[in-house]
Amino acid sequence: MTEKKQERVGVYVCHCGTNIAGMVDVEELAKWSAEKLGHQGVVIARDYKFMCSSLGQELIEKDIRELGLTRVVVAACSPHLHEKTFRTAAQKAGLNPYLVELASIREQVSWVHTDRVVATEKAKAVVAGAVSRVIENEPLEEIKVPINPNTLIVGGGIAGIQAALEIANAGFHVYLVEREPSIGGHMAQFDKTFPTLDCAACILTPRMVEVGTHPNITLLTWSEVVNVSGYVGNFNVTIKKKARFINEELCTGCGVCEEKCPKKVIDEVFEAGIGYRKAVYIPFAQAVPKFPVIDKENCTYFIKGTCKACEKFCPTGAIDFKQEDQLINIEVGNIILATGYDLFDARRVSNYGYGRFPNVFTSLEFERLSNAAGPTNGNIVLRDGKTVPKSVGIIHCVGSRDRNFNNYCSVICCMQSLKFAHLVHERTGATVYNFYIDMRTASKAYDEFYQRVLEEGTLFVRGKVAEVTDVARDEHEKGKLIIQVEDTLIGKQRRIPVDMVILSVGLQPRHDAKEVGRLFGISCSTDGWFTEKHPKLDPVATMTEGIFIAGCAQGPKDIPSSVAQGAAAAARVLDKILQKEVALEPIKASVDQKKCSGCRICNGLCPFNAISYIADDNISYINPALCQGCGTCVAACPSGAISGTGFSDAQILAQIDGLLLRTLEVEQATA
Amino acid sequence: MNKYLFYPGCSMEASAKAYMESIRAILESLDLQLEEIEDWNCCGATEYLGINLIPAYALIARNLALAMKQMNAANGTGGTHTIVTPCSACYLNLAKADYYMQERPVLGEKVNEALKAGGLHYKPGALDVRHLLDILVYDVGLETIRSKVVRPLKGLRVAPYMGCMLPRPDYKHRWSDHEHPTELNDLLRVLGADVVEYPLTTNCCGGHMTQIGPETAFELIHRLIVDADARGAHLMATVCPMCQLNIDAYQDEMNHYFGTDYHMPILFFTQLMGLAFGKEPDELGIGVELVSSRNALAKIGVEVPITQEPAGPRKKAEGLPMPRRLSRHEEGKEAMK
Repeated sequence: MTEKKQERVGVYVCHCGTNIAGMVDVEELAKWSAEKLGHQGVVIARDYKFMCSSLGQELIEKDIRELGLTRVVVAACSPHLHEKTFRTAAQKAGLNPYLVELASIREQVSWVHTDRVVATEKAKAVVAGAVSRVIENEPLEEIKVPINPNTLIVGGGIAGIQAALEIANAGFHVYLVEREPSIGGHMAQFDKTFPTLDCAACILTPRMVEVGTHPNITLLTWSEVVNVSGYVGNFNVTIKKKARFINEELCTGCGVCEEKCPKKVIDEVFEAGIGYRKAVYIPFAQAVPKFPVIDKENCTYFIKGTCKACEKFCPTGAIDFKQEDQLINIEVGNIILATGYDLFDARRVSNYGYGRFPNVFTSLEFERLSNAAGPTNGNIVLRDGKTVPKSVGIIHCVGSRDRNFNNYCSVICCMQSLKFAHLVHERTGATVYNFYIDMRTASKAYDEFYQRVLEEGTLFVRGKVAEVTDVARDEHEKGKLIIQVEDTLIGKQRRIPVDMVILSVGLQPRHDAKEVGRLFGISCSTDGWFTEKHPKLDPVATMTEGIFIAGCAQGPKDIPSSVAQGAAAAARVLDKILQKEVALEPIKASVDQKKCSGCRICNGLCPFNAISYIADDNISYINPALCQGCGTCVAACPSGAISGTGFSDAQILAQIDGLLLRTLEVEQATA
Repeated sequence: MNKYLFYPGCSMEASAKAYMESIRAILESLDLQLEEIEDWNCCGATEYLGINLIPAYALIARNLALAMKQMNAANGTGGTHTIVTPCSACYLNLAKADYYMQERPVLGEKVNEALKAGGLHYKPGALDVRHLLDILVYDVGLETIRSKVVRPLKGLRVAPYMGCMLPRPDYKHRWSDHEHPTELNDLLRVLGADVVEYPLTTNCCGGHMTQIGPETAFELIHRLIVDADARGAHLMATVCPMCQLNIDAYQDEMNHYFGTDYHMPILFFTQLMGLAFGKEPDELGIGVELVSSRNALAKIGVEVPITQEPAGPRKKAEGLPMPRRLSRHEEGKEAMK
């Protein structure tokens, strides 16, 4: 080994109350460190009850100043918790913060061991590793990049709308991209909202109008993001604006085209498959923007080459069959993904008969059925379009909390089912049964709503429904849908004949969530929801700087929570914009150009799209602003050309030597 | 030529002889070769696993071990590692043993210890255990089967009855659905039959409850037949010897129990395949069923020869005739009065 300048290392052992001191002999550890690691440069080793307290930090600061420490090791909790605390303390005392190393003797030692002697020995090894490593640490400087004040929001549901309005109202520009012809999302399809039963449209449409007319919002509906490059503060985004075949400059949104269009198709999106629309259509009356879209797949002109009824009748000549998809490039500093959810496909639970029995409906179908603007004008009727049901069964947890399908609870279904029960009761007077596993009404005013529905006379059966069948066993079951269920409160099997069954289907990640995640460089949980940076303390940020998430894209949630997350994501973005520049963690990988063979193995592996290939020089290049320091490329590089600052080979090998106490043996042998 | 190891199961030699005859009759048309496992033994049916686990698994695994031995011997000469059985109970038992010997290594070891006494060993997972229906639908293929049809079963309304042991538990995800699988429906449709919607397709036939608690079995058989009848089925098609036996042989008693008068023939799906392939009823074991399919098959112009009436009661009735017994159903009515 080459001769190195002797560093002056301070070791600080934290008791963490009894968290560490209860299992590790902290005094012995400090004493041992001072004695046995002195040859490596440890000039002081102390133990203290709470290192993270102000007094503990001051202790370290004082030593740095007075003893001239050049390196600091804090043996305490995991770096996830207090690395920042101690780095900041070191910085205050004039030491580069990256010369501080945490030795985790709580999560990895005291909490996982039961033998005090062994634990203390292991703690010594962990500290020896950290000391060897910290000597190899390099002082690093944070990278500062300017922030573009514009923001991209993907998804025009209630979460995206909320975020857009918050940012726009603060005076910054927002691009709101929506895949469908109108913003509004799932909320626009609903009739009433729990628990207050205000009409969804009444509370949503004013917000939609505000988005549509806001001077700081560029609304791009019928559009999709196709490419994202760049990094926090400086994203470059390509958006495909699909051809509407309508000249937006000329269109007044009068709706004559829709009225005259001879082609009627089932509306699988907005009407959830139980209503119709035309081939040229505005999804619903309050749509924003007001412009219709021609559905190329179903339009007679596009199929047969003749028709053009819409063009003939359009009073402003706004129909443009020659319109083409457009690619728009924008530059933004931050991105919020509020892409929402898909519904669980109820046909997968074949024993509930959705798709086999006409009168089994999904929750979204029922929303449209009960909506005054829906296909039945709000009349709750059977699939024949006229018969009012006399008895209705509502099944909770369809596809949720079920190890055959999704393990998680979809959060909204209990309250939604209670709302359905209330609406059926109010509008038809039918007998309503709710079949639930557990009733989950945990939010402000939710349980009161449950009480109300109970008092209205809805019947509750606790048990997971086994099947819905039309095989009658006696006269009173004939012609009905029979719900077979184990009533777990009375401990009996029951068969309950009803006219209509509503399946409260669960929420699922968007079918393309994984691809979207890859496009924006963020990851999905095993269930497929976008992963937040921290489930409790950082729920709207992601591991990729500058990309935020809000609403159901992050996990199932109700309207109040989606709105709260939309606002929270906006606040995080505003915070970044107002800082005008952003400091990036300097833990980065870099390529040694001399060693790089240009094999490009690393290019595809980078989860943050940070590596590009420079063909002229036949080498790969890592953009330091994009790199998040994950180390994947470092491990993968067959030529050993990539190294990560903060995790260099020298650091890791030194730490291993320390952990194995080899650093001690050398000393003893020579002594 | 598709070649498979074949485990017939005991039923094939007795109560389900007709099944075996019909399988033999269609094999050639489908270019299938079934190589019977030598010296196979009973799989323990539905009871033994409930009584004594290790011997029961050893009984099943002996067949797997024999099959593996046979497979290894034939290796290099077109050996197959797929074992096929036409019986749902055998299928479930073989699949279960294969699965649990792997899932629970201790069990696997104990079973192999028992097999060692006979100089045998089975490495779980070495064989693919599959049912004949699976082979026909997914290996032979519906299009090949369609191409062999010379006498479409048009006008014959068939209730497709899969039974409960085939699709559940589906260890290797072989079936389209566990409650409402479509394989049998698809196959019968290819034969030209009018397949009726039959939601009870995977309901239980009562299994051996006919021996232990006949009332329970009658209730289950009743449900199946009532619904098939209500949906206008001329006959039921099954893939399982036990389902066939229960619905066929106990129909009379069931009728008596409920005071009903159903006449719902049940045939093996391979018998219907044989008919569609142009074979004659007597080549397919048709006519030996107790609830005669004669009237049903007349709908497609097939004439089922009248087999000898089953022998009457062994003892000749002595003395004067007894009045007809009241059915349970009627008994209830009497009591109400």
